[in-house]
Amino acid sequence: MDSISIRAPSMPSGGTKTQRRVKTRLPAAIALLPTALIVLVVYIGCMLWTVRLSFTSSTLLPKLDWVGLAQYSRLFVNDRFLTSASNIIIFGALFISGCLIIGFLLAVFIDQNIRGEGLFRTVFLYPYSMSFVVTGVAWQWFLNPGLGLQKLVRDMGFESFTFDWLVNQRMAIYTIVVAGLWHGAGLTMAILLAGLRGVDKDLWKAAKIDGIPTWRVYTSVVLPLLRPMVVTAVVLLTTGVVKLYDLVVAMTLGGPGIATEVPAKFVMDHLFERNNIGLGTAAATIMLITVVSILAPWVYVRYVRPQGRHA
Amino acid sequence: MSMKTRVSAYTLSVALIWSSGALAQQKAEVLHWWTSAGESASVKVFADQFTKAGGTWVDNAIAGGANARTAGINRMVGGNPPTMMQFNTGKQFDELVSNDLVRDVDAQAKAGKWREIMPKPIVDATVREGKFFAVPVNIHGQNWMFYNTKIFADAGLEPPKTFPELVESGEKLKAKGIIPIALGGQPNWEHNLFRAVVVGHGGADMFRQLYGTRKPDVLKSPKFKETVELFGKMRGLVDPGSPGRNWNDATALVITNKAAMHFNGDWAKGEFIAAGQTAGKEYGCTVVGQEPKLVIGGDVFVFPATKDKTALATQDKLIQVLLDPTSQIEFNKKKGSIPVRMDVDVSSMDTCAQKSHSILKDPANQVESMEILSPPNFSGAMQDAVTQYWNNPNMSADAFIEKITSAMRDAG
Repeated sequence: MDSISIRAPSMPSGGTKTQRRVKTRLPAAIALLPTALIVLVVYIGCMLWTVRLSFTSSTLLPKLDWVGLAQYSRLFVNDRFLTSASNIIIFGALFISGCLIIGFLLAVFIDQNIRGEGLFRTVFLYPYSMSFVVTGVAWQWFLNPGLGLQKLVRDMGFESFTFDWLVNQRMAIYTIVVAGLWHGAGLTMAILLAGLRGVDKDLWKAAKIDGIPTWRVYTSVVLPLLRPMVVTAVVLLTTGVVKLYDLVVAMTLGGPGIATEVPAKFVMDHLFERNNIGLGTAAATIMLITVVSILAPWVYVRYVRPQGRHA
Repeated sequence: MSMKTRVSAYTLSVALIWSSGALAQQKAEVLHWWTSAGESASVKVFADQFTKAGGTWVDNAIAGGANARTAGINRMVGGNPPTMMQFNTGKQFDELVSNDLVRDVDAQAKAGKWREIMPKPIVDATVREGKFFAVPVNIHGQNWMFYNTKIFADAGLEPPKTFPELVESGEKLKAKGIIPIALGGQPNWEHNLFRAVVVGHGGADMFRQLYGTRKPDVLKSPKFKETVELFGKMRGLVDPGSPGRNWNDATALVITNKAAMHFNGDWAKGEFIAAGQTAGKEYGCTVVGQEPKLVIGGDVFVFPATKDKTALATQDKLIQVLLDPTSQIEFNKKKGSIPVRMDVDVSSMDTCAQKSHSILKDPANQVESMEILSPPNFSGAMQDAVTQYWNNPNMSADAFIEKITSAMRDAG
C-alpha cells in the first residue's frame, strides 16, 4: 500500500521497475558508501595487508618478499608467545565467567529494592569509568608485597601473613584477572540489571502463587529470559579479552619474567619496539584466526541458520 | 577569503622585515624529549648560551623518546623540519642519513678536531660513510654501581671491586636484614644488570662478541658460563618486592638506607641529587669488574638538511654552542652525564663524573653500548631470555645459554 503511493509521483518520468528501484535506493547507497569504503579499505584491507606481511621477512619497514611459513615456525617455538597464548585462555575463561557471576549476583542484590540503590549502582559501576592504566597502577600498589595488602596485614600483627601473587610467577596472571574483574563486573551488573527490570511482574506473582522459592525463579525463569543481555555482556567482555594490553603494561609489564605476557603485547612490542614486523604480524594473524574461529559458529547459529530455515 | 589573504600577506611582510632587518635574530627550533625536572634544567643551559650568543631558542619538548622521534621524523619527511633534533647515539638516525634528510657536519668536525677529542665508540656511532652527520653532546655510562656508604661502613665492609666479591658481601648484608641489591624488576633493567655483569666479569671482548658480532662461539666458552652462573647467584640478592618496580623506586631504596647497592646508568644520579645527597658522602659510585670498563652511550643532535642560508648560519651557531667547553660542563652537571669532549677540565664536576672521565681517558676502557652494537630485534630477544632466567630460580645456566643461542639464530 505505502509503496504504491510513494511510487506514484515518480511514474510520469516513466522507466522500468528496476530503474525506479535504483532511483529510490540511490540516496541510501550514497549515504552508506563512505562507511562501506572504510570497512573495505581500512578494516579488511589492513587485515589482508597484515596477513601478507606475516609471510615476509620484514624488519623495520615492510618488505614484500616471500618466506613462507618461516615466521610462524619461529612463533610456535617462541616461549613468550606460547606463554601469552595460554595466559589469554586463562584470563579469558576466568574473566568472562567471573564477570557474569559477580555481575549477576550484584544485579540480583540491587534488584531487591534495597535502600540507597542509586548509591550502590554508582559504586559498582564506578570502576568501569577508570581507564585500564589507572586500574593497573592502583592494583599494582595494592598487591605489592612491600606496600599494599601484605604489609597492611603484617603491620596489624599477623607477621606470617603472605600474599605475594603479584611477584609470584605462577600466580601473577590471576592478579590480572582480579583487577579485570574489579573493572568489568560493574558493567555486566548494569546490563543484567536492565534485563531484570524488564522481567514481567506477573511472572513473579505467578511463581509466588505456585510457591516456588525465589532462587529457583532466578535460575530457572529469569536467567533464561535474560539470554540476550548475557549475550551482549559476553560480546563486550570478549572484545576486552582480545585487546588486553594496557592493564598488563600498567600492572606487571608482562613480568615477573614473562609470566603475564599476552598476545596483544607480543604484537605491539615486536611491531614498534623491536623492529620485527614479520614476527609481529604473524602473531596478529594467529590472533585473528582464533577470534574468527570462535566467532564463526556463533554467527552461523545466530544469523545464517535462522534465515536458512525461513527460506 | 580575501580577508584571510590580506592577513597572511601582512604577516608575511612583517616576517620578511623582521628576518631581513635582524639577521642576528637567528631563530632555532629545537626538538627534544628532555622533559623531566633535571633534564629540562640541563637543556636550559644550551638555550641560555644560545640566547647569549644572540639567537632565539624555541623549545619544542615532546615527552617520550619514541613520540619525539616519530614527530620529528614526520616533520622532516614532510618538509617542515625543526632546526635541530635530538637522537640517542647509535642506529636511530641511520635512515635519515641514507635518505639525505640530515646535514653533513664534517667540515665543523674537522675544524673542531672532533675525531681527536671524543672517545672512539662515540665517533664511530655518529660517523656514517666517513662523515659526521650528528653532534654528540654527552656520554652516559650505563653500568655504574651506586652504593650506600653508611650501610657499608656500619657492616664493616668495603664496596666490592669484582662480581664474586659482590656476591660474597651481598650474602653478608642479607644476613643483617639489608636488601643487598635494589633492582627495578622490569625486563629492561634486569637486562641492564646482566650487561653490567657481562662487561665486568666477562670483559669488553665478550660483551662485543655477544652484542656486536653475535656469533654463538662466545656462548660456548667456560668464562661465559661462569658469568651467567654469577648473574644467577645474584637472583638471591634482591628483595621479593622487586618484580615490576620502577627504576627510580629502586634508587630510592638506596637513598633511604634500605638497600646497599644499585646498578644503573649515571642518570640515576639525578635522584640522589634531588634527595639532597652528595656523591662521595651519602652515596658512592663505582664500576664493578677486574678492570673497570665503562659501557657508554649518550645523546646527539642532528641538523635537518636545508638550503636556507639563515637556517644554515643558525645551525652553525648551535653547533658552536653545543660543544663550547662552558656549556659542556654546565649541561652535563645537570644531566648527570659527562662532557663528550675529553679535553675539558672536569675538576668542577662531582666525584662520580670525575671518575667517569678518568676511566674513559684510557681508550681500552671505552665499551660501546648495546644500543650502538645490536639491532632492536636482537636486544629484544635477549631481554626475553634474561628476564626468564632472572625470574626463574630453577632455570639452569645451560638452559639460559640455549635460549641466547636461539635468540642469535632467530634475530641475528
